[in-house]
Amino acid sequence: MKIKVLYFASLREKIGKDAEDIELPAGIATVAALRSHLRARGGSYEAAFAEKSLLRSAVNQDMVQPAAAVKAGDEVAFFPPVTGG
Amino acid sequence: MKVSVQTEDFDLGVEVRDISKNPKIGAVASFIGLVRDVPMTLEHYPGMTERAIAKIVEEARGRWQVMDCTVIHRYGALQPNDQIVLVAVASAHRGDAFAACEFIMDFLKTQAPFWKKEQTAEGARWVEAKATDDQAAERWK
Repeated sequence: MKIKVLYFASLREKIGKDAEDIELPAGIATVAALRSHLRARGGSYEAAFAEKSLLRSAVNQDMVQPAAAVKAGDEVAFFPPVTGG
Repeated sequence: MKVSVQTEDFDLGVEVRDISKNPKIGAVASFIGLVRDVPMTLEHYPGMTERAIAKIVEEARGRWQVMDCTVIHRYGALQPNDQIVLVAVASAHRGDAFAACEFIMDFLKTQAPFWKKEQTAEGARWVEAKATDDQAAERWK
C-alpha cells in the first residue's frame, strides 16, 4: 500500500525533504505506527521522529490523533505544533 | 464568508466594508495580528490551511450569529510591523461579533497549519508553540 507523506517546518529541515511516497509494510495501520516505522529508518529520521519530539499529524488534511487510521492512497503529514496567527 | 491565505498585504477598511453591506448588520469586530520585533518567514500547508480555517469559521457560525466573516492570513517573508492576520466578523450585535472573532483567532493559533521562523541576530530559529495558546483554545470547550 502506497501513501504520500509530507513534512513541514523544522521537521522538513531535519529530514531534508518535504514529501515522499512510501510503500507501507503490512501491519502499519495508524499514524502512531507510521511514526515508529519512519523512526526505525535511522539517521535523520531517528532524530526527527524521536519519542521526545513533539509532533502533530494530519490525515488527508485534517488534524488527527496518533491512533487515527492510515490507509492506501492517504496523504499523511507530520509537523511541529503550529505557530500561526 | 471569505478565507484567504496569501502573500499580499490587506486593507482593513476594504475588508470591513465588504462584509458590512447587509443592512441587518449592526456590528463588526476585527482583529489584526502584526509581526513583532524581528523579520520572519511563515510556512504553511497549502490546502489544509484553507480547510482548517474554514472549519473554524463553521464552528463559530454554529455558536454565534455570524452574518459574514473574513479571515486573511499571510505567508512568506514578513518584516516587523507587517500585518500577518485579519479576522473580521459581522453580526447584528456586538456580543456575537466580539465572541466569534476571539474564538476564530484562538483556534487559528492552535489548529491552522502555519509555522513561523524568526530571523534573529543570532540566526534563524523556529518559533515554539505556546502552552498559553492551547489554554486559550481550551476555554471555549
